[in-house]
Amino acid sequence: MIHSLFLINSSGDIFLEKHWKSVVSRSVCDYFFEAQERATEAENVPPVIPTPHHYLLSVYRHKIFFVAVIQTEVPPLFVIEFLHRVVDTFQDYFGVCSEVVIKDNVVVVYEVLEEMLDNGFPLATESNILKELIKPPTILRTVVNTITGSTNVGDQLPTGQLSVVPWRRTGVKYTNNEAYFDVIEEIDAIIDKSGSTITAEIQGVIDACVKLTGMPDLTLSFMNPRLLDDVSFHPCVRFKRWESERILSFIPPDGNFRLLSYHVSAQNLVAIPVYVKHNINFRDSSSLGRFEITVGPKQTMGKTVEGVMVTSQMPKGVLNMSLTPSQGIHTFDPVTKLLSWDVGKINPQKLPSLKGTMSLQAGTSKPDENPTINLQFKIQQLAISGLKVNRLDMYGEKYKPFKGIKYMTKAGKFQVRT
Amino acid sequence: MNPMQKLLQLPASAVNLVRSQQGMAREEAKSPVLAPDGGQQAWYSAMQADELRLLKSPEQEAAPENSTGSSQTQPLRHDDLKEMLDSNKDSLKLEAMKRIVAMIARGKNASDLFPAVVKNVACKNIEVKKLVYVYLVRYAEEQQDLALLSISTFQRGLKDPNQLIRASALRVLSSIRVPIIVPIMMLAIKEAASDMSPYVRKTAAHAIPKLYSLDSDQKDQLIEVIEKLLSDKTTLVAGSVVMAFEEVCPERIDLIHKNYRKLCNLLIDVEEWGQVVIINMLTRYARTQFLSPNQNESLLEENPEKAFYGSEEEDAKEDKPDAASLVKRKPYVMDPDHRLLLRNTKPLLQSRNAAVVMAVAQLYFHLAPKAEVGVIAKALVRLLRSHSEVQYVVLQNVATMSIKRRGMFEPYLKSFYIRSTDPTQIKILKLEVLTNLANETNISTILREFQTYIRSMDKDFVAATIQAIGRCATNIGKVRDTCLNGLVQLLSNRDELVVAESVVVIKKLLQMQPSQHSEIIKHMAKLTDNIQVPMARASILWLIGEYCEHVPKMAPDVLRKMAKSFTGEEDIVKLQVINLAAKLYLTNSKQSKLLTQYVLNLAKYDQNYDIRDRARFIRQLIVPTEKSGVLNKYAKKLFLAQKPAPILESSFKDRDHFQLGSLSHLLNTKAVGYQELPDWPDEAPDPSVRNVEVPEWTKCTSREKRKEKVEKPFYSDSEGESGPTESADSEPESVSESESESGSGSSSSSGSGSDSGSQGAESGDRSEERRKKKKGKEGPRKAFLDTAGSNPSEEEEEEQGKKGKRKKKPQHEGKGDSGSSWEEGSVSESSSSESDSGSEAEESQSEPESKRRPTPPSSKAAPKATRKGTKEISLLDLDDYRETEARGREGTCPRSPSRPVAELGILGLPEATARVTTAPPQPASSPSVVSTSLVTDLEGLSLTDTSLASTLLSPTFSAVRTHELLHRMAGEGLSVEYCFSRQPFVPDPHMVAVHIQFSNSAEAEVKGLRVCAPRLLPGIRLQEFPEIESLAPGDTASVVMGIDFSDSTQAANFQLCTHSRQFYVSIQPPVGELLAPVFMSENEFKKEQGKLTGMSEITEKLTLPDQCQSDQAIVQRVMVAANVSRVPCGADHVYRFAAKTVTSGSLVLITLERKDGARAQLTVNSEKMVIGTMLVQDVVQALAP
Repeated sequence: MIHSLFLINSSGDIFLEKHWKSVVSRSVCDYFFEAQERATEAENVPPVIPTPHHYLLSVYRHKIFFVAVIQTEVPPLFVIEFLHRVVDTFQDYFGVCSEVVIKDNVVVVYEVLEEMLDNGFPLATESNILKELIKPPTILRTVVNTITGSTNVGDQLPTGQLSVVPWRRTGVKYTNNEAYFDVIEEIDAIIDKSGSTITAEIQGVIDACVKLTGMPDLTLSFMNPRLLDDVSFHPCVRFKRWESERILSFIPPDGNFRLLSYHVSAQNLVAIPVYVKHNINFRDSSSLGRFEITVGPKQTMGKTVEGVMVTSQMPKGVLNMSLTPSQGIHTFDPVTKLLSWDVGKINPQKLPSLKGTMSLQAGTSKPDENPTINLQFKIQQLAISGLKVNRLDMYGEKYKPFKGIKYMTKAGKFQVRT
Repeated sequence: MNPMQKLLQLPASAVNLVRSQQGMAREEAKSPVLAPDGGQQAWYSAMQADELRLLKSPEQEAAPENSTGSSQTQPLRHDDLKEMLDSNKDSLKLEAMKRIVAMIARGKNASDLFPAVVKNVACKNIEVKKLVYVYLVRYAEEQQDLALLSISTFQRGLKDPNQLIRASALRVLSSIRVPIIVPIMMLAIKEAASDMSPYVRKTAAHAIPKLYSLDSDQKDQLIEVIEKLLSDKTTLVAGSVVMAFEEVCPERIDLIHKNYRKLCNLLIDVEEWGQVVIINMLTRYARTQFLSPNQNESLLEENPEKAFYGSEEEDAKEDKPDAASLVKRKPYVMDPDHRLLLRNTKPLLQSRNAAVVMAVAQLYFHLAPKAEVGVIAKALVRLLRSHSEVQYVVLQNVATMSIKRRGMFEPYLKSFYIRSTDPTQIKILKLEVLTNLANETNISTILREFQTYIRSMDKDFVAATIQAIGRCATNIGKVRDTCLNGLVQLLSNRDELVVAESVVVIKKLLQMQPSQHSEIIKHMAKLTDNIQVPMARASILWLIGEYCEHVPKMAPDVLRKMAKSFTGEEDIVKLQVINLAAKLYLTNSKQSKLLTQYVLNLAKYDQNYDIRDRARFIRQLIVPTEKSGVLNKYAKKLFLAQKPAPILESSFKDRDHFQLGSLSHLLNTKAVGYQELPDWPDEAPDPSVRNVEVPEWTKCTSREKRKEKVEKPFYSDSEGESGPTESADSEPESVSESESESGSGSSSSSGSGSDSGSQGAESGDRSEERRKKKKGKEGPRKAFLDTAGSNPSEEEEEEQGKKGKRKKKPQHEGKGDSGSSWEEGSVSESSSSESDSGSEAEESQSEPESKRRPTPPSSKAAPKATRKGTKEISLLDLDDYRETEARGREGTCPRSPSRPVAELGILGLPEATARVTTAPPQPASSPSVVSTSLVTDLEGLSLTDTSLASTLLSPTFSAVRTHELLHRMAGEGLSVEYCFSRQPFVPDPHMVAVHIQFSNSAEAEVKGLRVCAPRLLPGIRLQEFPEIESLAPGDTASVVMGIDFSDSTQAANFQLCTHSRQFYVSIQPPVGELLAPVFMSENEFKKEQGKLTGMSEITEKLTLPDQCQSDQAIVQRVMVAANVSRVPCGADHVYRFAAKTVTSGSLVLITLERKDGARAQLTVNSEKMVIGTMLVQDVVQALAP
């Protein structure tokens, strides 16, 4: 399976390598660099690169390439999914996953990688178990460690790997027992020039933060489970129960985890909460173009739309833009040609707008495509699909936990073609 | 002491060894020859800058001291680190190890520190030890001799009482790649493979491929270990051992047979990475073991092109050949194991892990019937929300799938729409999928979408879009003109790349029907003035040359212009100019003769030799001279031959011969170690190999062999006793085995559920032990079987085979059934001819038997007695018969009264035998003890021999309840009745056995009686009975057919065909017949009932009539209404019955509680609510006055 792992930063330095079998020379990465050069952008580097003796499978996250070297046939998704899991674990351990952080915690990183793979085959990938094996560094612990010379390797042997609930460690204790659930829905949409929806769908997740003592057994039920068209679960969810009763029954992992992600059936018409009016003109003759966009609320169910952010990749011919926003801050980077406008809240009485002119490169003809507008926004306390959690029950433990639920709607890949 | 610390203690001697070794190393290092002076100080400071910055060491002061110490000797790079490692302080050691690991991580060589590091294996500090491990595993290969010093530590760790330490020791030991320790590793692996702890066994499984890569000579031994671990029943081990199997011996597919069902059942609880490996392996396995579920459609499969262009009309057509081929071929019945795999993998489509979803998707794509593949589309589309790398892989696979099964993804068309923010490689793949999905209905939407893409800023993407449009145009005739017009418009695009790409695509399109498009050719001819992209220019010139007769006036003009600019053109254009000139010379020499000469002259002196060659060649060919011979005559044919239109097809076509989701599929080349996905076999291999019991299995095959070459006279032997003995052995297995399977499935899932935690680790071990004990118990019994049972059974088998043969002649296919009926002697069902032979056999049996058999009388006499008893009973009044029947059930819950005897007889329990045979009405509780222990004993055994098992089949009381299938009048003399025999249908345990009795009361013979053209609702399956060739007037024949009603009371409709007529008939089962009895103890019953509360519980109050006041009457009535078995119960006035549905095997529990007076309460617990409700009605009805 996975032979070696190389971590490469955006400037092409290999700053970490780990081998699970015999050592593979880092010169194998030359093939990767070649491919990287050919692909103009980082995200266009093919995830799978064949070389004469090895195959390089890579993922690109947080400006770092994680390049796995394999020698024999293996399902590519297996490796890719594992690499993503590695990144998630790092993020879980260090808060952020960046080159600096990895370099600073190189020993912990190495220990974690050692536990995650055995002979190239995944061993312990549940972060709950890993954290028992190797304690994540915290500021306090770093201080204590420096003084006492102790370490962040757990001195207890983990039992989680042996239990029938491999995702939960035993002996969890909290003084405040709390369980929070965030229902977050994202709208993916493509809106065409005239404002009509080409495609729109809702993808939702339920993220949980569960801090409960002992071995609680939770059930979560929905008012309208029929809305959920396609679901994928954390391994803790009992599938049969869901199939028969549409109830989520599970023993939660300790801490943060994604309980469920779902897709709302396409038959339900998706309410698009915002609209964008745009008027973008490139005139052939002059070197000036007009630019004007207005954002307004559409179907928001009485909630305010916040955190609105408009970004747009302008055509190469645009040299600069002089714009005035009615609210918020806008920037235009003349090198990358990226316009971004941080709108903030939408006030329905006074719609935010951004107006002005674009200066175009003289002598060239007008660009044949108008830029696409990407939109981001947030609506608190609203699940746009109408999904509602009915109740959360706990079995197996005696105390009364605090239960919290939060709804939020966000823009996913929300594009307006102009 | 904490357990981890114990692990790494080296014996003192080992440490000393390291010391001395290290000393030597030092001396070597001190050698002045090796020491170039100077420079090392600078080197060191560089290192400090690098390494120490990372580590923010609290011990920084220590380092400079060391450096001074080492400065007078050789510039050993890591003297400071060595000093730190030698110190007594753990913190110093730790610091040193951290720096060393940091070096390793950055790819720096730290191998010279090996001696200093390895002795710290004995360190008490866990983290130091862990880091030493890391170091050891990394460098052991380079310093093999020194690495050996650490081995004894691990060897001791292998014996530690703590399972985690054992596992960890094995893990490191096996990771050290030193060939010399191969025997030690082998020993350790073997030992760990039979460890009590599943975690250690898992580690053993992980170690197998490590050892194999170190020394492939160990393969045979390793396969043994793999075989052993494959039979492990814990989820923890399953994934790892299959991974080892795949790396070491993927060709030994035979090792999987016996574990197949277990793996299927465990799958859902295996950790996600293991799931991927298991699913991929099972895909390959299934391809070798089962028949193609689409074999009837394979004719269509062979012609995917047709399907590609397919429209609704064609879809409609598809049905017809289907039906036709169905009639012709023998019907396909999916192997239940095949179904099991599909059913158990389906929930994993909901996994959060993309690799698992993909694995299931490919499994369905390769294995599922065409109609069921659709379920994977939704899950795959969901993955498109994931990271772009995941999208990339998924889209590649979707592209391949969408060529074969376009309909699958059509509903998700919009999910493949492209966003401007997608990376280019994703865009191009999505485009590929969209093109594959295009058909006449959605093409307009897709083309509109494509129009947006054409204006994109990403030019590679635009070019791909144009090609996609071209492909749509070639595939869908309707839009060809629209596409062409669109492309022609693009010719006036400002971007040259766009224009060039359009020209190339248009050229290909025009080639398909040039005559209609001379306008476009003219338009393109004009473009030569503007277009500069060589490829496009060349394409235009080729077009004009090829179709010069369509543009007779323009072509010479174009040539004139090109001749003018010839010298400035690119090579590819020049070649086409020469081509054009040649073609014009041949068609229109008057206008173009001089021009051609000019061009050829220019080309003659061109710098490029290709062009010079071409010019020389063409001149000789077309210009007639004295020398030029025959070829000249054919010049026109050579140049203006009809050229086939290029086929624009997807690059993903035919990629599906690689297993989807594999690396090889992605790269479209065979990757190293790729296991070819085998083709479906033509004939299904023996499915019985998957039955679990090993000795049974071997016996069975040998028996089958023998069956084929039976030549002894029929009556030569007559140890008929073995019949019931053998079948009693094998019969309940079918029940208990499936029960245990489902049991383990449910228990493991419930284990991961409510009761869990601390016990978990233990429980695995305990069950393991229990299993061992059980095996031990089985052992002697088997021995008994082999000595006393197997030999006669073979002969018995022969006897039966003979008998079957003999019967085949006069009356064809009643064989299986009739064979069964005479054994038991139940006459009610068997036809007259059979009963003749039956009694004959009976006599012949009893006579020599007494002479020949000096076997213990207890085991022999008992079955005989019951046999006679049964026979008599069956002739008696029905009610009485049922009474004994019911009592028999009360005791041990068998399906026929003879069985307990047989069971007990074989176990050599004479007193029990006597008890049951002599005094049937027993207090309910005491035999139940026997029966439960019997059930556990028989657990794990499996049904092996179909014909033998069927000997047990005899219609019991439901024989009375015959239903009419075809009335004498309607059937023109042929009357058909059926009844539910309540016996397991042997070829497929998920089917309900239906006895059908034909009687011919017409004058003429009825020939070719068979089932045809079943019109079945989805889910319902039907196993036809073998054709009855002829039925003489006045004769009767009976057959058994199996119907899988898929746990519904919907009728199975089919036609009964005779040589002359067809009758539409349908069989509708009462809900009680969809059940199969289940053995259960009261405790088990209560436990299961506890799981089936809430929605799955239905309660009904009723009043019992006077006739139903006795226990007997109630039990009897319930059992008539439904095929259930009674659960022994301690309390009075409470009756419990258990059964499971035949198809899905979900439990159905009935409780009847008699209250004071005539009131009673009926409770039915079942997952299948519909069945529950209907059953309540039926039982209430049965208990009504």
